[in-house]
Amino acid sequence: MSNIYKALQERILILDGAMGTMLQAYKFTEEDFRGERFKDYPTPLQGNNDLLSITQPEAIKTIHAKYFEAGADIVETNTFSGTTIAMADYQMEDLVYELNYQSAKIAREVANEFTAKEPHKPRFVAGSIGPTNRTASMSPDVNDPGYRAVTFDELRIAYKQQTEALLDGGADLLLVETVFDTLNAKAALFAIEQVKEERNIEIPVMLSGTITDASGRTLSGQTAEAFLISVSHIPLLSVGFNCALGANLLQPHLEAIANKTEFAISAHPNAGLPNAFGEYDETPEEMGEQIEEYLKKNLINIIGGCCGTSPEHIKVIANIAAKYKPRLVGGF
Amino acid sequence: MSKTNNQQPTTNNQERRYMKLSGLEPLVLNENSNFINVGERTNVAGSRKFLRLIKEEKFDEALDIARHQVDGGAQIIDINFDDGLIDGKEAMVRFLNLIAAEPDICRVPIMIDSSKWEIIEAGLQVVQGKCVVNSISLKEGEEKFIWEATQIKRYGAAVIVMAFDEVGQADNFERRIEIAKRSYDVLINKVGFASEDIIFDLNIFPVATGMDEHKRNAIDFIEATKWVRENLPNVSVSGGVSNVSFSFRGNNTVREAMHTVFLYYAIQNGMNIGIVNPAMLEVYDDIPKDLLEHVEDVILDRREDATERLLDFAETVKGTSKEKTADLSWRENPLQDRITHALVKGIDAFIIEDVEQARQEATAPIEVIEGHLMIGMNVVGDLFGAGKMFLPQVVKSARVMKKAVAYLNPFIEAAKSDKSEPVGKILMATVKGDVHDIGKNIVSVVLACNNYEIVDLGVMVPPEKIIQTAIDERVDAIGLSGLITPSLDEMVYLAKEMQRQNFEVPLLIGGATTSKAHTAVKIDTQYKNAVVHVNDASRAVTVVGDLLNKKSSHLYTAKLKKDYDEFRTKFLKRGKEKSYISIDEARKRKYKIDWETSEIVKPKELGIQTLEQLSLKELVPFIDWSPFFRSWDLHGKFPDILTDKVVGEQASIMYEEAQQMIAEIIANQSLKPKAIFGLFEANSINEDDISVQKKGKEVAIFRTLRQQLKKREGIPNIALADFIAPKESNKTDYIGTFCVAIFGAQELADSYKAKEDDYNAIMAQAIADRFAEAFAEYLHKQIRTKHWGYASDEVLTNDDLIKESYKGIRPAPGYPACPDHLEKETIWNLLDVENQIGVKLTESLAMWPAAAVSGYYFANKEAKYFGLGKITDNQVTDYSKRKGITKEKARKWLHPILAEE
Repeated sequence: MSNIYKALQERILILDGAMGTMLQAYKFTEEDFRGERFKDYPTPLQGNNDLLSITQPEAIKTIHAKYFEAGADIVETNTFSGTTIAMADYQMEDLVYELNYQSAKIAREVANEFTAKEPHKPRFVAGSIGPTNRTASMSPDVNDPGYRAVTFDELRIAYKQQTEALLDGGADLLLVETVFDTLNAKAALFAIEQVKEERNIEIPVMLSGTITDASGRTLSGQTAEAFLISVSHIPLLSVGFNCALGANLLQPHLEAIANKTEFAISAHPNAGLPNAFGEYDETPEEMGEQIEEYLKKNLINIIGGCCGTSPEHIKVIANIAAKYKPRLVGGF
Repeated sequence: MSKTNNQQPTTNNQERRYMKLSGLEPLVLNENSNFINVGERTNVAGSRKFLRLIKEEKFDEALDIARHQVDGGAQIIDINFDDGLIDGKEAMVRFLNLIAAEPDICRVPIMIDSSKWEIIEAGLQVVQGKCVVNSISLKEGEEKFIWEATQIKRYGAAVIVMAFDEVGQADNFERRIEIAKRSYDVLINKVGFASEDIIFDLNIFPVATGMDEHKRNAIDFIEATKWVRENLPNVSVSGGVSNVSFSFRGNNTVREAMHTVFLYYAIQNGMNIGIVNPAMLEVYDDIPKDLLEHVEDVILDRREDATERLLDFAETVKGTSKEKTADLSWRENPLQDRITHALVKGIDAFIIEDVEQARQEATAPIEVIEGHLMIGMNVVGDLFGAGKMFLPQVVKSARVMKKAVAYLNPFIEAAKSDKSEPVGKILMATVKGDVHDIGKNIVSVVLACNNYEIVDLGVMVPPEKIIQTAIDERVDAIGLSGLITPSLDEMVYLAKEMQRQNFEVPLLIGGATTSKAHTAVKIDTQYKNAVVHVNDASRAVTVVGDLLNKKSSHLYTAKLKKDYDEFRTKFLKRGKEKSYISIDEARKRKYKIDWETSEIVKPKELGIQTLEQLSLKELVPFIDWSPFFRSWDLHGKFPDILTDKVVGEQASIMYEEAQQMIAEIIANQSLKPKAIFGLFEANSINEDDISVQKKGKEVAIFRTLRQQLKKREGIPNIALADFIAPKESNKTDYIGTFCVAIFGAQELADSYKAKEDDYNAIMAQAIADRFAEAFAEYLHKQIRTKHWGYASDEVLTNDDLIKESYKGIRPAPGYPACPDHLEKETIWNLLDVENQIGVKLTESLAMWPAAAVSGYYFANKEAKYFGLGKITDNQVTDYSKRKGITKEKARKWLHPILAEE
């Protein structure tokens, strides 16, 4: 499975696009989310997208397949909120292992099918590890800046559980993504290191932060470079940014880190900024043009899409990326 | 194309790698990086203020210190909460969490500094940026070192590695490189630590200590730094620079030059990070050539006699700045050294942990007292004896000792072993009627820390109790203390009693009014055995030691007796040379004011007022500091004393501590000022009395005493009554009287004593005394400018006040112009002092609370302070008649000022 390193040297790898956007199209109802198994679950479950890996596995499978078809090398598991901390909203902490395991298993099956069809282009499963809904270095209480809603250890334990389940389910690599608080990400990296040590294995890790506003800083206040330094103690497969901004606005931040790291660089921007209705309406072609700017500057090793992107976007991006060589990793 | 793998990314194999750190913003070293300066004021060991703020949980103000550091150019801030009285882990987490909410602070990387792993780890768990851990070492073996380094790597921090291994701290070139090399190899090969994230602290030790083995301390560090930077790829080298100049503390000019020279060479040789107080640096090229040469000789060990030459030269340059820097390197020393250091330096922060370690290593807990602690206290005693330590330092040592003993006592009790045998038992008491005990407490503490057992009977101790306790407790010596003049007679009485009851133990006399003369003339003659006047606490130990030495005490006592006898003879002879005039003659020579022309200002507010709502803050500017230092046997005038060559550093420390305590007292309102004063119509009558009136009706009469010493023609014999217009002048004049007091000092001191903290107990009393004096000064000013208003336009500085360069006087009964304490009763009756503000008079007419001042106000511009001197029997007769008391009573109270007949 570690031949992703080899693939990374040969070409720009394509990450999939949005899962959420695709699921929205299914217009699943509360009953659909619940399925037979959670018919009588005490809390409302609509919106718990991760749960669909159990209650609507076919839909998830189909979406993964569509992205592979569009040209993706890597799909992300449907586990963005797959920690006890994030699942507490649905009182589904006990289900975390199963959610992650099933999600990884589904993606694995689809990836295996595609790899079997096209052995020259092996497909990979990235276990998606989201930021949770709590911040370890910021207080949610404006009157008490010293307060923390979650501790490093709570995060580490939750991330460790998610990591183990994702690996057990068949993930090739892990993607710690949408990092808005670097301390959360450090807890995830710490957990992953523990798993690596306990299992005596190597796990390729992609790490992707989020620059939330025009100031060019993460939500927790770090500049792109400070963020990079804060997470570089662990050998990463790649580091980069996703979400929050469209492709064009992400570019300066990618430039800020690209010549300062020996890790591969990833980006999976949104399809532009949301419009007045909260929808992303950047067309595949519009997005593709912007991404081509990255490629011309030789900034990228792994490229994909985040909110608002679809298989069509990925297809356009994959076609463009095929024309370019990957960024030279390691500073040669 | 590079080979990327899942190991530590490597590119050009031999390419130099540079450390990168981050807060909200990056700190990236490169080949052009300047020296990285680490801010150290957010370290409880480096900043007293920071320590205090943390103890008081004033985190907001503590954040300001951090902010100030960053604003001042610190590129990293070192944060340390290693203090015995702080929950370090909790404080670290809380402070770092608060820092995270301050973008102007947390933009720089954090250095998490602790000797405790759990505190380091707690810190690492709350900081998003890439920190530096300060520090780890091979001290406790490779296994622990590897484990900690692995964790640190996982948390994503750089690390400071101390040059310390299982054998000890590296103190020469070979050991430094040996430990550095070994640490490096373990970190790289066994931990996989990024080489650029390793920082070596190669131990900066003092030079010019006078010890030959320290001569190469600086040059060894510098050469080891060069070796480390050349042979251990990518690492950094750091250190606490102020340590190098430790032996020149107190002389900041030399220290600054030493720091500068040291850094100049250390940086050239590869030191790239350091804890440096920017205020304690000089520009290399600005160092005077001669000083530079001497300092370089020492730093680079260029001459055999470099130290001596610099010491001599240092005498000629004097420092100005007062900044201090932290130095915790002594914590790396062997246990006994640490305990001795803590005792000598009066550092109580680590004593419990050190004593606990000693206890665990000892076969019986008592051994820690008899061994470790006594070894340390002997060093203190030697230094004190040699004049190398000052009294406040010794009292601090005693505080540390007490804390250690208090910790050990339960273990000793549990082990049911015998307590340490004291070398002697000393009874200490402030005599009947007297409430002043600062001096007595200081002597007690000094003796106690020299292993004497102290039986402290406190203040206002009746003679019967002293005698009885001395018998019951079989004490080896008795120490008596007193501040007010009637106490002198109490001492004489006690000496008589001791003789009557055939006592043999020595009698020690001390206190502000006591003197060698009085002791020799009045006390020594009453008691056949040893009587010694001990005028300062530093002498107490040697004197008591000599007196109790079984072999030589007889000889010593005989010598004392002879000395006092000779002194007495000389003194009495001198006394007889003075001659006095009769009281009638003296009255003819009174101080004459022309009452026809002399200005008399009517007070704006006649009558009695109390003042109870005053904030202590108002009094602070009125404090006269010189007596404060005197009470600690530190002699010199404020503020010059702070830069004094001999006691300057100690005085500065005390001054700073006093400021801190004052701030606490103000914040907690633990002292309460109260005052009462009255302004009345008055005329002098019968030459020497002052009739006080309300609306023309006499309400009190003050009796004043007149100088009787024969003087040159034209020099008056003054009495205070001379400053008030006589009845015959037909002018209405005025007089004021007052009492100010500071309440709460005893309670405050007791609260410190309860914590085995005699040092602060004494400090609290000394400060209360200063406040009482300041209050008197403050009130006098209010009287002059407001209530009486005769000087409403005066503009005086505090210095002017201390020099008493204002118009009018405020003499106090019991002091030179009016040594008669009995007049206090008149004041108390007139103002109803006890009922109004609660200040009491003891049977000896001392005021309680002790921090109190009472007196009169005279407004006439010709009024001045004077010393009464001695008076003769015919004034005593006259006085007793005027006052309506027996002559015997008058003699008793005026005893100390009676001229020898």
